[in-house]
Formats: sequence, structure tokens, C-alpha cells
Amino acid sequence: MAQLTINGKKIQTPGGTILAVAREHGIRIPTLCHHPALGPKGACRLCLVEVKGSRVLQPACTFPVSEGMEVQTDTPKIRTARKFVLELLLSDHPQDCMTCEMCGACELQDLMYEYGVKETPFRGERHAYPADDRDPFILRDMEKCIRCRRCIRACDELQSVNAISMINRGFRAKVATSFDTPLQESNCVFCGQCISVCPTGALTEIDSRGAGRTWQTQKVTTTCPYCGVGCNFDLHVRDGKVVKVTSRWDSPVNRGVLCVKGRFGWQFLHSPDRLTVPLMKAELWKKRTGTDGTPSPYAGFVEADWEAALDAVSDGLAAAKAQAGPDAVAVLASAKCTNEENYLIQKLARREIGTNNVDHCARL
Amino acid sequence: MSFSLASHLQELDDLIDREKARGGALIPVLHQAQELYGYLPRELQDYIADRLDLPQSTVYGVVTFYAFFTTRPRGRHRVGVCLGTACYVRGNTKNLERLSQELGVCPGESTPDWRYSLEVCRCIGLCSQAPAIMIDKSVHSKVQPDQVAEILSQYE
Amino acid sequence: MTREELERIRAEAKQALEARDMTTLPEGELKPPRPGEVRVVLRNCGQIDPTRIEDYIARDGYFALAKALGMSPEQVIDEVKRSGLRGRGGAGFPAAQKWLFARQAVAARPAPADGSPPAYLICNGDEGDPGAFMDRAVLEGDPHSVLEGMTIAAYAMGATQGYLYVRAEYPVAVDHLQKAIPQARKLGLLGKDIFGAGFDFDVDIRIGAGAFVCGEETALIDSIEGRRGEPRPRPPFPAVSGLWGKPTSVNNVETLANVPQIILKGAEWFAAMGTEKSKGTKTFAIAGKVKNTGLIEVPMGITMREIIYDIGGGILDKKKFKAAQTGGPLGGCLPEQYLDTPIDFESLAAAGSLMGSGGLIVLDENDCMVDVARFFMDFTQDESCGKCPPCSLGTKRLLEILTRMTRAEGTPEDLLTLEYLTQNIATTALCALGQGSVNPVVTTLRHFRDEYEAHIRDKFCPAGVCKGMFHYEILAECCTGCGVCRKKCPEGVIRGEKKAPHEIDQPNCIVCGDCYKACKFAAIAIRPGPTEKSRRAAHKTETPQG
Ligand SMILES: Cc1cc2nc3c(=O)[nH]c(=O)nc-3n(C[C@H](O)[C@H](O)[C@H](O)COP(=O)(O)O)c2cc1C
Ligand code: SF4
Ligand code: SF4
Ligand code: SF4
Ligand code: SF4
Ligand code: SF4
Ligand code: FES
Ligand code: FES
Repeated sequence: MAQLTINGKKIQTPGGTILAVAREHGIRIPTLCHHPALGPKGACRLCLVEVKGSRVLQPACTFPVSEGMEVQTDTPKIRTARKFVLELLLSDHPQDCMTCEMCGACELQDLMYEYGVKETPFRGERHAYPADDRDPFILRDMEKCIRCRRCIRACDELQSVNAISMINRGFRAKVATSFDTPLQESNCVFCGQCISVCPTGALTEIDSRGAGRTWQTQKVTTTCPYCGVGCNFDLHVRDGKVVKVTSRWDSPVNRGVLCVKGRFGWQFLHSPDRLTVPLMKAELWKKRTGTDGTPSPYAGFVEADWEAALDAVSDGLAAAKAQAGPDAVAVLASAKCTNEENYLIQKLARREIGTNNVDHCARL
Repeated sequence: MSFSLASHLQELDDLIDREKARGGALIPVLHQAQELYGYLPRELQDYIADRLDLPQSTVYGVVTFYAFFTTRPRGRHRVGVCLGTACYVRGNTKNLERLSQELGVCPGESTPDWRYSLEVCRCIGLCSQAPAIMIDKSVHSKVQPDQVAEILSQYE
Repeated sequence: MTREELERIRAEAKQALEARDMTTLPEGELKPPRPGEVRVVLRNCGQIDPTRIEDYIARDGYFALAKALGMSPEQVIDEVKRSGLRGRGGAGFPAAQKWLFARQAVAARPAPADGSPPAYLICNGDEGDPGAFMDRAVLEGDPHSVLEGMTIAAYAMGATQGYLYVRAEYPVAVDHLQKAIPQARKLGLLGKDIFGAGFDFDVDIRIGAGAFVCGEETALIDSIEGRRGEPRPRPPFPAVSGLWGKPTSVNNVETLANVPQIILKGAEWFAAMGTEKSKGTKTFAIAGKVKNTGLIEVPMGITMREIIYDIGGGILDKKKFKAAQTGGPLGGCLPEQYLDTPIDFESLAAAGSLMGSGGLIVLDENDCMVDVARFFMDFTQDESCGKCPPCSLGTKRLLEILTRMTRAEGTPEDLLTLEYLTQNIATTALCALGQGSVNPVVTTLRHFRDEYEAHIRDKFCPAGVCKGMFHYEILAECCTGCGVCRKKCPEGVIRGEKKAPHEIDQPNCIVCGDCYKACKFAAIAIRPGPTEKSRRAAHKTETPQG
């Protein structure tokens, strides 16, 4: 246990960084390169604080607390330093908040707002990389990048893919793949973890462009339908339509991490091809009900209800079993089902139908 | 100039095996690979990444961080003009301008016949004999612009 | 190896050495000691064949190691502590203190179960300051003194593996070290159970790849691990968690080369040299506009005037001294009024400069201080690792402003912005590269503000350096009509009869300066405003940048 003071307030803590301890005690320190899911970097210098006895300002995100320490987090000296860093960042940043995807959810914009940085006193060269939309799913607008390396750390620490790294150095340093190719030509798996941690509009979802500001969408927390892992995430819904998926860092199952399907594969929801009612072959329907049924957009199929559809399936299975024995039936389960559902399916196959012919699409 | 990984593959494999045992192998391997092949094109970097179990992006990130590594082929002779402090104040920019004229290339470029490449370097430790120029591994000290052409002619 | 064997080798080697004629180092590199010099670190350079271990032993080499291994590590630390030895790599941190911290960190953790070294010692031979070459001279001229110093330091702190990080620009140093290490191993001076004291230590060489920032200790460690050399915030300090997460001490070449002498001759001997807080000697590489350039080693506390005038022989070509630049790109430019300041860590820092590694560049009246500041900023900007915005963006903005000023495009606001940048970069940058990058600007602004103002207000470079910002005029009252300038002028634009004042045909002068250099009577003056031709040329060309 260490005792220290932050802004004069006495604090008891078992330890940690100044940032962590301050946050636990409701003291906000601005950050840019820090992300709770990633290791500390100490690069952006926004979290600088005064530590008594230390000649220079220290980054709260890496500096460990110790017994008797006296920390100040919001003095004029600190505010000047932070404002200075923001002004520098702004001198190498397009002032594109008007059309930027991240406006309203951008950590850089929030800090500019908080520190009243409307203009930069510095004029000079600004990186002018064209926005790179050659990849599926991910739009990389690197002139908005502040080189916090959160994406690089996410790709490494969360995804273990390391598709991207810092290249060059100094002013020319840039986040890129090997030889600065499109992501497609690297080992990127398009998990989008990099987007989920990017504090600015440098990395965004290509298919969500212009679809809704953060305050214009309703967030619906849900479970991914694609596989049995059951990752949680937020659907962003506007006018009854899903426009984007974002990570939920508090999800116990996946802790914010998603795969390409969960993060980017939501378009099927509003596909005109999506089945919303069971379909039955028209002749089967006629045979079983004697009516023509409701026509569907698919030739030869009519719309059924679940009751009728399941009856038809169970009758069919019973007939096959009666005619040629239980091993005439095989059951293929789906990776889109939960483990519990898959368990029930094999139960159905083994106990009700009586066959061991059970397999799963993930194995095919 | 076309690149052939196969041309020195045996040596490359040997040195990778040797360095791998020492830890922190990447930079020593890149040094020696560049010595063997002259430069570090993509094919070579990717091969090294593969053999050292490193991500390709990491290798490229390292190569582009250090000024010593190059991804472009260089001339047979590397003409390095020191622009360290001592050489700068003793007027090596004049020599650089003259070299640039003589060779018809800017710093960082190579002559079309691949005889020379012109580079700027920062202090080769000959400050007391500034201004200094380093061609391959030999040094020329107290160089005056008028001597430049003659010095160049020593390198075929 | 035992002490007796070592003594036997010494006796034989001494005779062999005395019989030999020593002229190994290139001419001009290391002259015999000049009055006022004291050689501790450089004592063997030029006196022995650095590729022969016997030569080193002949001059008492490895006797300090034998002695140290007969002491306890704590005693070794104590001896060095009492000597007052401070790091020669720039910051001046007490060497013994560093080893003690590392030793405590080793004790605080369990011994590695996998047999890997419990701690590392790194010798920093990156010497990136462009204008300094002391470490190169020691590594080339006396490699064993560094190896011996490393071994003693490793014993004191508890390391069993050492790394010697040498910059790639020093192939000869690498070659000599590659010869020295196997020689020491063969005699059992490196390796297992050295001097039968149960202490193991070995050294591996790592070659840099052209990045100044890798001289910074945390970046150096990352570089040895095979990564981009980007500094990390401290804590954790390398002494606690350094190379591969182990306690690590990073020491400079010159620091380590002092260690054997301290052990051999005792802390008191060392502490008798220098000032109250800066003990011993310091090597300097004098370069620039001084008559005797080269390496010197002097007791701490000597003044700049003694170095430049007594040892350095004064300024070249009877020009006027303007400033001495110490500490390299992170150091500062000190004008005449500091010539009598004693050189030690505190005095230099108080003057706004740095001891740095010991580069000392002398500047004269024909060096433009704005251009010098621009030169250093060009260097640091190029060498910034790019991790933190204050340095990667800040040095870029500084360079842009300084470049504008040297191209007659500076504005009064630029001067204010320059000051704003320097104040804040120093307090917000992550590592000492960014923090120190402003020093050349701060010191030139402080001491040569008038030059900045001339560049901005009058678009005039009084030193006659910045292209398109001055022209030459022949002063009729001084011109003897000797005609030298007329003959020198490559454009043939100087007119004048013999023995009568000459004149420059201004519109056609390209301001090459050949006449200015040639005139023996100081009859040619630098005046504001470009000539027609020089203005056009200045717009076309840019100073090449590395
Ligand atoms: C940008 C930068 C470059 C440095 N370059 C060197 C160097 O070339 N050689 C060196 O010994 N120390 C250099 N240092 C200082 C090292 O970080 C470190 O303090 C030193 O090696 C410690 O050795 P010492 O205590 O013996 O001085 C540099 C520091 C910085 C910030
Ligand atoms: S990244 Fe942020 S600050 Fe930059 S344009 Fe977009 S919203 Fe504005
Ligand atoms: S999408 Fe995933 S794999 Fe691709 S760069 Fe981003 S984090 Fe790395
Ligand atoms: S792309 Fe985003 S996350 Fe990556 S470094 Fe740039 S700003 Fe940071
Ligand atoms: S101050 Fe410069 S060199 Fe140091 S970490 Fe920041 S960007 Fe890198
Ligand atoms: S500066 Fe050069 S061109 Fe002009 S007069 Fe002098 S020698 Fe001639
Ligand atoms: S949040 Fe601490 S330095 Fe970026
Ligand atoms: S500055 Fe050119 S050799 Fe040192």
C-alpha cells in the first residue's frame, strides 16, 4: 500500500501508474496514446503531469506511483504543455471535422475542444497522404493519423497478426504494412481491431461512410450471430437500419475483440435476399395442405410458417428413417449456432434419430 | 539490375543460422545480407522475416528506421560526403555540390552506369581532418572542390 | 590465468614493446601530449599496437582486473564511487551509482532458472555526435582498456554478459575489437572463471545501423534486441529492467576506459584531478576553425580559452573567435564571455550547453549562428525517432522557421514562434534528444540575437553565409590594389588598375567569396542585400540536406 496525494487529495493505493490510480479516484487526465486494452507507450505526451521533485513533466500513463509522491494533474504549466502538443498535432492535421467520420467520437477533437485549440501558431509542411480506399472494409486516411500506435499495438497485442508497423522515422514516420502496400497484400485478416482503438478518423469502416454520426445512431448491444464464440458488440442503428458495428470493451466473452465477420459482415441484415420466413417447395406445400400458399420471390418456393415447416422436416426425417434405417440420415450442424445449440443437435441426431452421422460446417 | 535471392542463398542461410543462436538477430542479419546482396529488396526482407519468424512489417519497419539500410540498389562505389559539424563548417557542402555536378546525380541517387552512388553521411570520425569524404571504406581528408574529379577517377 | 602468469607475460611484452617503433595511428589524429594535457584514457593510444594484447599487458593491462577480482563487488563499487567518476556519455551520472542500482535489482529478483545472464553490461560506443571521435580513438587505439573496464564493471554490478555497441561508421574500431575479444578469451581474461575468482563474463559486439537516437540508452537496448531504436519513458530504468527485461547498466566507452586506471592507481589519485564535482580528465575532439585540430585529454576544470588558444593554437587565418559549440546537436554555442568558464558538467549546463561526449567545434566570424542553429536542427530533425509529437513535429517546425530565416523569408512572428517552440519542446519531449534539440537554438538566440534580427529585419547575413542575403564590397580606403582578388574572381567581374582601389561589378558578381578569402588586407566587406545573380541563384538552389 502506498500513500500519495494527487491534486492535494490523499490517496491510498496498492500501486499502479499515476493514470490508473487517478482514474480510480475520479481524477481525469487526458490521454491519446493510452488505451485500456493495450500496453502503455508514453508517446503522445498528453497525459503529462507534475511530480514533485522531478525536473521534467512525467507521463501519467507510464509513471508508477510510489510512497509519499505528490502529483499535480492540472496546473497552468501542464495546461500550457498539453495545449502546445495539441497545437503541434493540429499543424499536421487536416481540419476536416465537417466531413470526418469520427466527428463527435474523436479523442483528438475532444481535446482540441477542451483546450480551446482553434488554430495552430505553426505553419509548415503537412502530410498529405491521399485517403486509401483500395482495401475492403477499412478506409485508411493517414493524414489524420497522430502516430499514437494504438493500431499497431492492437494488431500485435490483441490480434497477434502484426500486419502493420511504424515505418521511417521522425516527421516521415508512418503506420504501414511492409513496403506500404494495401492491407490486402499483407497478412492482415481484416479483424478491424485497429479501427476499434484508433482515437481519430484515420482508420474507419469503409461501408459506414456518411451513414450516421455517433449521436445520430442508437447503440444496441447484441451477440454476434456468426459463431459459437458469441462475441458481444454494439450495433449502431439509424432509422431502423444497422450502419456499423463497434467493440464493447466490457464484454466478458471477447473483451472488445472481433473477427472480420462480426465486425464487417452485417450487411446481410438488410439484404433483400435475406430469408425472414421459412420457404417450402411449392409442390410439397400443395401436397401437405391442398392450397397454393403465399408465393415467395423464389421460383418454385412458397412462404411457410414455422409450424408447417418443422412438421414437414420431422415427417421427412421419420419417413427416411422408416424406409432405410437411421443411418440414412446425416446431420450437419452450423458454426453459426451456439455450443448449446450444437449440443442439442447432436442429441437430436443420436437419441431421436439414432444415428452417429453428425458433422459440422467448420470441419468441411 | 535484377535481383536473385538464389545467388547467395547458401551464405545467407548460414549467417541466419549463426545469428539466430545469439538473440536479437535481425539487425546483424540485415547488415550481413546487405553486404552480400548490396541492398535489401522486398524478396530478401520477406525471406529474412520468414527465417527469423518475424512479421514482414517488423522487418520493413526496422529497415526504414536505420539510415544504413537501403531498399534500392547502389552503385559499385559509395561516395559518402560527411556533413557532420566539423565538415560542415569547413565547407563540405561545396564539395557535395561539386560531386553532384560531376556525377550528375543528387544525393541519394546512383549514376546510370551504376559506377557511383552519392550519399550524405554524418561524421565519420575524421573531424580533425575536415572536410572529409568516404568512398567505400577509404577516406579522403581535407578535400577541396578542385580535387573532387581526380578523387573520383581513382574508383573504376 | 593467474596474476603470476600475467606478470610473466608483462615482463616479456615490455621488452618487445620497447624494441618496437610505434607509428600506427594516422597522421594528425593523435599528436604527442601538448602542455596542459593529461592522458588517462588516451594513455595507450598511439603507444601500443592495438591488435596485440601483449602490448596492452606490457603497459599494466589487465592488472586492474586481477586486483578488482580480489576485492568484493561492493569494494569495487566503493572505490569507483570515491573516485567521483561520472558518466562521459553526456549526462554525467555517477558510474558507481548506476552499478549499485543494477546490483540491488539483481539481488531483488530470483536467479534466472534458464541459465540466462542475471544482468547485462552495455558499453555505449555509438558516438553519434557529428564532430566527436574520442570513443573511436579509444576503441581503435586501445580496445583492451575498454574490455577490461567492462569486465570490472560487470563484476561490480553482477552481469555475466556484455555488449559493445559500435556505430557502423567505425569499421576499424570493429575490426580491432573483433581481434581483441578472442585474444582476451584465449588468455582467460574473458570467459569462465576469470582469474580463478569464479566470475564469468563475455562480450559480444553489436554494430549500429545509422541512427543517432540509438545512443540514448533505452533506444540502444531496443536496437540490440533487434528493433527500431525508439526511446522509452523511464522508469523503469534500465538498471531495473533493461536488455531482455534484465537489470542493465549502460556505460560510455570513455567512462569504462577510466575504470582500470582508477582500480590500479586508487580513487584518491583520480579524485585529485578535476573540480569539486567533476573529477578526472575529459577527452575533447577539437575541430572547426582552430589551428590544431584533433584529440586532447585535459583535466576537468580547464577553461575553454586554455583549450582553444593554448592547446588548440588559436583561430585559423587570424580570424576572430565567435563561439565554441560543445555537446554536439544537443549542446550549445558559447560566445567569448564564456571562454574563461571552467569546463565541467555543472558549469557547462549552467551556461546552457552540455559536456556531451566532448565534441568542441570552434566557430569564427565567418560562421553564421542562424545557419549553425539550422544545421543542428536539420540533424536532430532527421534523427528524431518520431515517437513523440514535441520532437517529431516540433523539430520539423523549428527547422522550417530557421530555414525560412536563412532564406530571407523570416518574419518577426517567426522569432516569437521559435521561442515558444524551444520553451515547450524542452519540457514535453519524451527523451533527451527532443529535450536537448532546442539547445543550439536557445543558446544562439540568447547570445547572438542580433544576428537573428539582422536576418529578419534587414534580410542580411552578417557572417556572409546565407545565400542571397549579402554581397561583397571592396573598401577603397583599405584596398592596396594588389590585384589578388581580380585574379581569383572566376567570373572576371573585378576591375581596377594596379595599386589603385579595385571595384566589383555588382550585378554580375555571383558572391562566391573567392575574392573575400583571397584578400590579405581585409579590404573586402560583407554588406546587406544580394546581387542580381546571387538572388536568382539562391532561389534556385537549396542547401543539400542529409
Ligand atoms: C540522443 C542521445 C544520444 C546519445 N548518444 C550517446 C553516445 O553516442 N554515446 C554515449 O556514450 N552516450 C550517449 N548518450 C547518453 C546515453 O543515453 C547514456 O546516458 C550513456 O551512454 C551512459 O553512459 P555514461 O553514464 O557512462 O555516460 C546519448 C543520449 C541521447 C539522448
Ligand atoms: S480525426 Fe478528429 S480532429 Fe481530425 S478531422 Fe476527424 S474528427 Fe476532426
Ligand atoms: S484489421 Fe486486424 S489484422 Fe488487419 S491491420 Fe487491423 S488489426 Fe491488424
Ligand atoms: S492510425 Fe489511428 S491508431 Fe493508428 S497510429 Fe494513427 S491515429 Fe493512432
Ligand atoms: S524526443 Fe524525439 S527521439 Fe526522443 S522519443 Fe521523442 S521523437 Fe523520439
Ligand atoms: S564574390 Fe566571387 S564573383 Fe564576386 S567579385 Fe568576388 S570573386 Fe568575383
Ligand atoms: S497517454 Fe500518456 S503519453 Fe500518451
Ligand atoms: S564531422 Fe565530418 S568527419 Fe566528423
